[in-house]
Amino acid sequence: MRERQPKTLRGPVPRNKEDEQVVYIDNDSAPRILFSGEDLLLEDLPVGTRVIYPKPPIEGLANPGAAIRYALNHPLDAEPLYAQLMPGMRVTIAVDDISLPLPPMVTPDVRQTIIEILLELLDANGVDDVHIIVANSLHRKMTEAEMKRMLGPKIHNAFYPDRYYNHDAEDPDGMVHLGVTDHGEPVNVNRRAVESDLVIYVNINLVPMDGGHKSVTVGLCDYDSLRPHHEPETIRASDSYMDPKKSVLSTKVDRMGAIVDKHMNVFHIETALNNRMFAGATAFLSKNEDEFTEIDRLKFEGMKWTLSKMPAAAKRKLFHSIPAQYQLIACYAGKTEPVHEKILARCFEQYAVNVRGQADILICGVPFISPYNVNSILNPLLVQVMGLGYFHNMYRGKPILKKGGVMILTHPCYDEFDHNHHPSYIEFFNRLLPETRDAMKLRHKYEEEFAHNPSYIEMYRRGNAYHGAHPFFMWYWGENGRQHIGKVIAAGAQNAHVPAMLGWDRAESLTEAIAMARSFVGPSPEITMMHHPPIVMADME
Amino acid sequence: MAAAAFYDLDGTLVRTNLVHAFAYNAKNQQGLLRSVTKTVATLASVPLFMAADFYNRRLFNDIFFVRYRGESEDRLRYLADELFENAIRPSIFPGAYELIDKSRQLGLRQVLVTGALDLTVQPLAKHLKIDDYVTNRLEFVDGYATGRLLPPVMAAATKASWMRIYAEKERLNLSDCYGYSDSMSDLPMLSVVGHPTAVNPDMRLRNTALQHDWPILDLR
Repeated sequence: MRERQPKTLRGPVPRNKEDEQVVYIDNDSAPRILFSGEDLLLEDLPVGTRVIYPKPPIEGLANPGAAIRYALNHPLDAEPLYAQLMPGMRVTIAVDDISLPLPPMVTPDVRQTIIEILLELLDANGVDDVHIIVANSLHRKMTEAEMKRMLGPKIHNAFYPDRYYNHDAEDPDGMVHLGVTDHGEPVNVNRRAVESDLVIYVNINLVPMDGGHKSVTVGLCDYDSLRPHHEPETIRASDSYMDPKKSVLSTKVDRMGAIVDKHMNVFHIETALNNRMFAGATAFLSKNEDEFTEIDRLKFEGMKWTLSKMPAAAKRKLFHSIPAQYQLIACYAGKTEPVHEKILARCFEQYAVNVRGQADILICGVPFISPYNVNSILNPLLVQVMGLGYFHNMYRGKPILKKGGVMILTHPCYDEFDHNHHPSYIEFFNRLLPETRDAMKLRHKYEEEFAHNPSYIEMYRRGNAYHGAHPFFMWYWGENGRQHIGKVIAAGAQNAHVPAMLGWDRAESLTEAIAMARSFVGPSPEITMMHHPPIVMADME
Repeated sequence: MAAAAFYDLDGTLVRTNLVHAFAYNAKNQQGLLRSVTKTVATLASVPLFMAADFYNRRLFNDIFFVRYRGESEDRLRYLADELFENAIRPSIFPGAYELIDKSRQLGLRQVLVTGALDLTVQPLAKHLKIDDYVTNRLEFVDGYATGRLLPPVMAAATKASWMRIYAEKERLNLSDCYGYSDSMSDLPMLSVVGHPTAVNPDMRLRNTALQHDWPILDLR
């Protein structure tokens, strides 16, 4: 079927637009697509609503292998990797876990491409004592199938399970105390990494919070080392934690990273990906709806109809089985700080959109995935972290939402948890939240009980469960948003108790939610919708 | 207030169960013929034991412990250490040590609440550094087992009621206590503690744990 030309006449009339990616809704504007978990909504937004779209993907590098080799041979503030290798030395390759990128990317994963090159280089230089450690910190351990997919069958078959494994933050013999910062933060790191002559960290920077010193200092640490910065006051003071220069979280991690650098020889490889999350049949999800072709509309209607007929579990399975079509746009290697700085610049180039003026009402569609539920359920705590944590923090300068404004999240808020991945979340949600939502009280009264619960520790160590303390971190992650936002409305929540437990209001539909929000913030509010995924960050003027 | 971790034993911390222990004794009877006869009889009864256990733990106890009738107490005690070294110790789940260690680090008192016999539990409890345990005990008359158990018979609700009394006596707060079991028959035991966990659960307990949002742990 021949595709029609985009209907440019239906597009919104630019109103002093601050960025190409900003669109103002007009009388003729098309309705907008929002994620609501595993469903897609098509909603007419009030005239004047500002919709912020992700930037189009930066073109991927034509030859990723060559770019990686170039980075290894021309590192920043470090000797080329080949010059650092000696026969018989002990090398540990640490690699980001399944929380990056989202959703998992089409194979070969960029980590596979890098590690294949690394292993060739190590082998050519007579280095055969090599371990590959998934730097999962207190995240769940990856399953064998996930590990095989991430690095490919060749590496997996050669290294798994003795030399390719998950980090275990609860292994009593597996951690080494490197020291304490002048602020009293203990730095404990994976023993194999500490006792290696060289640690090569292979990172994917999906959001600006990732990478840098966080890779080793957090990825390979234990609970005691995580506590000093994964706590409510640090998060409250980070405006935002997606802006490293304004992030106390980042400052603390850097401070701890300095101690890591004192004791360990870390060669950092960082990568930036473009935001080509959707391609092929789902490419329309990244487009401005005003520019939809008839084919796009048909695809959307077909997808929406199909999803409406499927049970939730099947929809979840379907979405999680569609890999993202990300492409490598930058790769740098060498010393942690300069490498991270270069990669951050590329990340912001891809994500940052100029936005002028804060909004009274912010609308965000919550998708099916977060960093913490790959191949699993986006449970209520994760819906919370997506809204008050990630979406709220997607800014530089000042928040997109005015202080005391209303955030509207579209999500069914189903009361479902994955018993294998999130057992401690269930207890946190059902036992603690009815008592208090005060992050400080939760931390002081209950965090350690959960962190040291023997059942949760064993489920983390022997199964695929997030650490017992992880739901607390998720709650703290939303602390900045919680302090800033006046009201959160869950539009389309299928029950009343989940929003109530989170301290939110519930609305049947987005229209009802907007009406409720208007009554809270007053007439003629500035309404903004962030059209993610893919990722978009606001550079607030 | 202090707290404790209460563990079921068979299937929870060790792979073996009551029948394994009995089969070991049967195999080590005095005299070859007696050993063979007892072993064959035990093997032949396994389906019956399984069916009875599936139906009701009390019924299982009634038809199982009667098999001990006529066994000499001396002989059973003599075999207990051997049984532990040869059969029970190798079948302790690797994760059991870690679980008990982590639990002890929390300052929890370690308590076994099991339907196994005291003779078999003693060396295991010592090995795992368990603080306290309650077991089933065979009745002996003139040094020979009658095939009956001395009350209270540890099974199902009796375990829970023993735990309540124990907690009161030892001034433990049951809401802060942990419970670990593999079997649906221990639902009462898991229900009285604040932190129940299904360990290597059978299908029925797994479903119950899912419904109650209890952690499910695999120590195997």
